[in-house]
Amino acid sequence: MPNLEEFRQQTRAWLEESCPASMRNPINSDKDQCWGGRNWVFESDEQRLWLECMAERGWTAPQWPKEYGGGGLSREEAKILKQEMARITARRPLESFGIDMLGPALLKFASEEQKQRYIPEIIRGEIRWCQGYSEPNAGSDLASLQMRAEDKGDHYLVNGSKVWTSYADKSDWIFCLVRTDFDAPKHKGISFLLFDMTSPGVSTNPIKLISGKSPFCETVCENVKVPKENLVGELNKGWDIAKYLLTHEREMIGGFGLSRAGTKTLGQMAVSAIGVADGRLAERGIRTDIADFEIDEMAFALTIERVVDEAKAGQGTGAASSLLKLYGTELNKDRNELLMSIGGSEALAWESEGGETQAQHWLRSKGNSIEGGTSEIQLNIIAKRILGMPG
Amino acid sequence: MALVLNEEQQMLRDSAKSFIQESSPVGALRKLRDSGEEWSPELWSGMAEMGWTGIAIPEDFGGLEFGYVGAGIVLEECGRTLAASPLLSSSFVCASLLEAVGNEAQKESLLAAIAGGETVFTLALCEGDRFDPTRIATTAAADGDTYVLNGSKKHVLDGDLANTFIVVARLTGDADSEDGLGLFLVDRDTEGLSVSTTLNADNRRVGNLDFESVRVAANAVIGKPGANGAALARALDIGAALSAAELLGVAQESFERTLDYLKDRKQFGVPVASFQALQHRAAQLFCELELCKSCVLKALQAIDQDSPDRSTLVSMAKAKVAKTSKLAVNEAVQMHAGIGMTDEFDIGFFMKRSAAACQEYGDYYFHSDRFAELGGY
Ligand SMILES: Cc1cc2nc3c(=O)[nH]c(=O)nc-3n(C[C@H](O)[C@H](O)[C@H](O)COP(=O)(O)OP(=O)(O)OC[C@H]3O[C@@H](n4cnc5c(N)ncnc54)[C@H](O)[C@@H]3O)c2cc1C
Repeated sequence: MPNLEEFRQQTRAWLEESCPASMRNPINSDKDQCWGGRNWVFESDEQRLWLECMAERGWTAPQWPKEYGGGGLSREEAKILKQEMARITARRPLESFGIDMLGPALLKFASEEQKQRYIPEIIRGEIRWCQGYSEPNAGSDLASLQMRAEDKGDHYLVNGSKVWTSYADKSDWIFCLVRTDFDAPKHKGISFLLFDMTSPGVSTNPIKLISGKSPFCETVCENVKVPKENLVGELNKGWDIAKYLLTHEREMIGGFGLSRAGTKTLGQMAVSAIGVADGRLAERGIRTDIADFEIDEMAFALTIERVVDEAKAGQGTGAASSLLKLYGTELNKDRNELLMSIGGSEALAWESEGGETQAQHWLRSKGNSIEGGTSEIQLNIIAKRILGMPG
Repeated sequence: MALVLNEEQQMLRDSAKSFIQESSPVGALRKLRDSGEEWSPELWSGMAEMGWTGIAIPEDFGGLEFGYVGAGIVLEECGRTLAASPLLSSSFVCASLLEAVGNEAQKESLLAAIAGGETVFTLALCEGDRFDPTRIATTAAADGDTYVLNGSKKHVLDGDLANTFIVVARLTGDADSEDGLGLFLVDRDTEGLSVSTTLNADNRRVGNLDFESVRVAANAVIGKPGANGAALARALDIGAALSAAELLGVAQESFERTLDYLKDRKQFGVPVASFQALQHRAAQLFCELELCKSCVLKALQAIDQDSPDRSTLVSMAKAKVAKTSKLAVNEAVQMHAGIGMTDEFDIGFFMKRSAAACQEYGDYYFHSDRFAELGGY
C-alpha cells in the first residue's frame, strides 16, 4: 500500500497553497456552487481558478481512472482528500450531475469512444448535464415512460415530454430514457440516449417550485434527431443503466443529510437564537428534538463511513444506496424543520439581500424525499431487496 | 481507524456466537426462570474458559487485552440469546476501575481473580430510581487510616452474585457534586452491610444495600479518595457503551425473529410479510438498526483509543440504541400479535430484557440530555 500518511501531508500542503480563501467560506447562495458548463458565469476569478486547478489533477472526480482525466485515487486516498478538504472547509470545486450520476454509468456501460469523448469534459466541468427520466405519467413507475425514439436509419427520431428535469434550461446535454420497443414488456423496451440540448426540436419550460425558485423544467422533444452513436449500451437494455445510475443519484442525494463542514451545529445556532436558562437551552422541547436530530445525524455520518469501510474490506452489505437516500433526505428535512422552529417567526421572512432565505431552503428540502425515487419507494426497495419480503 | 471489525475481531465474533448459541440459547433463560434461578454457574465457568472474563484486562494481570471492541462483540452475542452473566458489571466496569486507580497489590490480586472469573465484583453507585452518578448521599468518614460508610444503594446490578462491591461514597460536598467521591471495596459479608435483592422483569436480580457504620480498612480504599472522577467517568462510559452493545444484540435478534415470522405467517392467503404497511415498518427499523451498529462500534473504538469525544460518542450510542431497541421490541410483539403476547413464546423475553438493559448505565433520556450538554446547549 502506498504511503497514506505521505499522501495526506502532500495533499494538505497542496490544498493549503491552492485553495483560494473565498472558496473556504460557507455556501450562501446558488452562485456559490459552481456547476460549470458552456453558459456558466463564474462568480469570481477564484471560483474559476479553484475549478481549474482541481480539474487539472482530476480531483473533481478523485476515483475515476487517470486515462480519462480522473484522479486515479484509491478509496483510502479519496477519503483522505475529502477529510483534508473538510479540514479547511474547502467548497466542492464542481457540482455536477455528470460526476454524481452520468459518469459512473458511462464508465460501466459506454463504449471506449464514448468514454474518451464525454468523461474528460465532465471532469473539467465543460459540459453541464441534466437527467431526463421522469415524465408526466411516469414517476415512481418510471419504467412506464412513453417518450419514443424511432430508428430512422442513421438517426433516432425522438418525440415526447419529460418533466421535473432539474436545470434543463441551464444544461448543455441530457441523458435520457426513451422507449425504443413499443411492444416489449415495459422494462425491456427502454434505451439510454445522450443528446445536445441545443438540438433542433428541444424546448424547456421552467416550472416554479413552492420555494419560489425554478430549478426544474418541463422538457419537450419534437422530432429531435439524435445520431445513433449517442446510444449508450445495447438497444432496449437501457433499464439496467438507468437503475445503476439511480444508485449513484441516491447516494448523492443521501449526502444532503450531512451538515457541511465548518458550519455551526444546530445546538450552537439554537443557543444564539434562543438563549440559555439554568445551563441548558431555554426552550427544553426544542433541545430534546435537537439532541435527537444530532444523534441521528452523527449516527448517519458514521454509517456512511462504515458502508465505505466495509466495502473496502470486502464485507459490503450492498443495496446501501436506498438506506442512505431514505435516511439522508429525511434527516435533511428534519434539520430544516428544526431551523424553522429555532428561528421562530423570524424564519418566515421571504425576501433577503442576496442568498436564499431559511424558508426557501426549508421548502426546497421537501423535494429531497421525492427526487431520485420517493421515500416510500426506498422503503419498498429495502423491504424487498434487502429484507427479502415478498409481493 | 476504519469502522469495521478486523480479522481477529471477526473471529472472536464467530466463536462467541457459536459458544453462546450452544451453551445458552434463549431456552436456557426459560429453564432458569421456570426453576426459580437467575443465572448459571456452569455458563460462567464456560465464559471464563473462553477468556471472556478477562477479555478487556491487560495481559500482565491475567487478561487477554482484547479491548472494549472485543468486550462489545461478546456482549452483543449474549444480547442475542439473552444470556445472563456478570460480565458487564464485574469483568468490564469494575475491572476498568481497578485497572485505572487500584494500587499494585490490588491489581495483582483482584484483577487476576476477576480475569479468571473466580470472584464477582459489582459497582454500588446509584441511590435513586434513575441513573444519576453524582447524586450520592452515602457518606465515608475518615477515622484514622480507615473509613466508615453510612447510607444505602439501590438497583445494584448482579447484587445477588457479587462477592465484593465497589462502593461510591461521599467524602465531601453536597449530594449532587461531582467532586469529593471515594471508591471503597466492601465484601458482601462485612459487618454492618445488609443486602436484599429484587427480582426484575428480565429475571435478573438487583441488590439493595444498607450501610450502617461499615468500616473499610486502608487497603480496601481504591485510588485517592476524592480524586477518582476521571476513572469513574470512564468506567461509566464503558458500562454505557457495552450496555448499548448488548442491547443492539437484543434488538437485532428480535428484529430478525420477527422478519422470519412475517414471512412464515399467512393471512388472507398470503404471507403477512407481503403487506406494505408491515414492509415499510420493517424497512424503517432495519435502517435504524444499521445506524445503531455504526454508533456502537464507534463508541467502543473511542474507548479503546482514549478519544477526546469519548463521552459524546458513548451517549450518542446509548441514546440511539435504547430508542431503537424499544421500537424493535414493540414492533416485534405487535407484528407477532396474539402469539407474541403469550408466555410460551420467546419474543416477550426480548421486550423484558430490553427494558432492563435500557436503564443500565443511563437510559435514553439521561444520555440524550448529556449529549446536548456536551454539545454546549
Ligand atoms: C426537486 C425535484 C427535482 C427533480 N429532478 C428530476 C430530474 O432532474 N430528472 C428527472 O427525471 N426527475 C426529477 N424529479 C422527479 C422525481 O424523480 C419524481 O417526482 C419522483 O420519482 C416521484 O414521481 P411522481 O412525482 O410522479 O410521484 P408519484 O409516483 O405519482 O407518487 C405519488 C405518491 O405515491 C407514492 N407511491 C407511488 N408508488 C408507490 C408504491 N409502489 N408504494 C408506495 N407508495 C407509492 C409516492 O411515494 C408518492 O408519495 C425531481 C423531483 C423533484 C421534487
